[in-house]
Amino acid sequence: MTTYQELLKDIALTDERIIVMTAENLASIRGIPDALGSRFIDTGIAEQSLVGMAAGLALRGRIPVIHALSTFLTMRAFEFIRTDVGIGNLPVKLCGGVPGFLSEANGPTHQALEDIALMRIIPSMNIFCPSDEQELTLGLRQVLEHSGPFYIRLNHAKTVIEHAPDFKIGKAEVVFDGDDITILVYGMLFAEAVKARALLQAEGKNVRLLNMRTVKPVDEEAIIAAARRTSLLVTLEDHFITGGLYSIVCETLIRRDVNCKVLPIALENRWFKPALLPQVLEYEGFTGEKIAEKILKIYHGGPQYVKSR
Amino acid sequence: MKKEQLYHLKQMALKVREHCIRMSRSGGAFTGSALSCVDLMVYLYGQFLSCGPGDPSRDYCFLSKGHAVPALYGTLAEMGVLPKERLSAHLSAGDDIYWHPNKNIPGVEFHSGSLGHLLPVAAGVALDCKLRGQDNRVAVILGDGELNEGSNWEACLLASAYKLDNLIIIIDRNRFQANKKTEELVRLEPLEAKFTSFGLAAETINGHDFEQMDELFFRIPFEHHCPNVVIAETVRGKGIPSIESRADRWFCNFSDYEAELLLKELYDTAAGPAAGVAL
Repeated sequence: MTTYQELLKDIALTDERIIVMTAENLASIRGIPDALGSRFIDTGIAEQSLVGMAAGLALRGRIPVIHALSTFLTMRAFEFIRTDVGIGNLPVKLCGGVPGFLSEANGPTHQALEDIALMRIIPSMNIFCPSDEQELTLGLRQVLEHSGPFYIRLNHAKTVIEHAPDFKIGKAEVVFDGDDITILVYGMLFAEAVKARALLQAEGKNVRLLNMRTVKPVDEEAIIAAARRTSLLVTLEDHFITGGLYSIVCETLIRRDVNCKVLPIALENRWFKPALLPQVLEYEGFTGEKIAEKILKIYHGGPQYVKSR
Repeated sequence: MKKEQLYHLKQMALKVREHCIRMSRSGGAFTGSALSCVDLMVYLYGQFLSCGPGDPSRDYCFLSKGHAVPALYGTLAEMGVLPKERLSAHLSAGDDIYWHPNKNIPGVEFHSGSLGHLLPVAAGVALDCKLRGQDNRVAVILGDGELNEGSNWEACLLASAYKLDNLIIIIDRNRFQANKKTEELVRLEPLEAKFTSFGLAAETINGHDFEQMDELFFRIPFEHHCPNVVIAETVRGKGIPSIESRADRWFCNFSDYEAELLLKELYDTAAGPAAGVAL
């Protein structure tokens, strides 16, 4: 399978507009500097200037693909993203490393749990949250070709279910159809959602699984169809409960005047326990088993609002 | 510089100052900050740079201290890039002429207003010119108070690391920020030494003296592979003695009567020794 950096390199080598940049984070692009030469720019540990310079390059017709850890990119440089890239509606592609639970044992300084909330309030911004590396590469060309700015929650996870090649910005992937419960998910929790679904199916529940992919623009029709066909929507995300997928789904339902029970599984008003990923998922209750348990409790008439842990 | 050209620039600067005063009525403008960089703007657009909008080989001029926008729009109007009648739409919802630059206005390369933004952006533009082997010059005007923002110093390090000798950073050194003198709030001196220690080539001049500017700017790049810094010593409110160097003349909202008195003072001062009209 082609990796993110192999594909990015291939695209960049045939498209002079692409400039690959980083604020000294090479984790996702180790092979790029040698391949691209002067079209690879490292700004050192300076996210604000990374974004500002990218805006300048974009003014000259370039498509800067910039890399930094999600927290520092979306927060340290937030105003530069909002004011230079956002107001300018420039095609800067912001690639955030180790978003959400992927920061593992780094601690709260590195936990990007508000990145989607911050990016989605910028009017011209778009957001792509791939569930694994295959999906990241599946969407990459369209994201780079898009005329506006994009925030990409980088995720290099292995594929648990092969994605069909029909990627479209603004369109969710209906991974499984179902009539009882819908799980809406994006990013690295996709694999846990697949496990949770299998457990629920074994309990006799018919579960629809929606991989949201681009949470902005979001696939409103997929949300509305799920709310009409199933009696419980579950939003599953490694993000604070405020401003992410739960907010997006609730806003959509209210705006479209469609009523449905929604169970949020997200981080509530707290950072997560730093540890290696499997332990984080276990400790915080985001394994397939724990997710299935929470969903069953609610489905069988428990309170709609439950703590994530 | 030829006498005729010097006369032309001086006349143009007077007109631009008149625009600044007229734009400071009915709603107001950041008059003091605009007047201090009028001569710099007039020199850059009228003499040094070739900023023909849309021409890919053009020089770039960015105004990072966006609140000085009357100086920019006044200059663009006198250059014939922006129709003069649009200046009277200042602050009207019917146009895009407000307290900070908008990219929809002809001749404006990028919006600004939030301080500490356009040096990184200009560095990106300068870097692209270098990558493409083009020799466009990229000028960016910063306020001295604006240097409080750390992003400028990040960008200085980067401009130096990437050897952007096509980048010209101009500091409008009027020694005031919003409410206070720069040296009384957060000291900037020794300023030239700060830039040189960051790896840039810095020179200081009188930012109201066209002949000095001309002598200096045509020596750019000062050093091979070194970004250029011009510290232009200026006076807040320059051209109108009664409002010069006053902390309370940052933002002004003049009545029509006050504006007429100030314009008379402006032209009287330019014509020769004359007493200022106290306000």
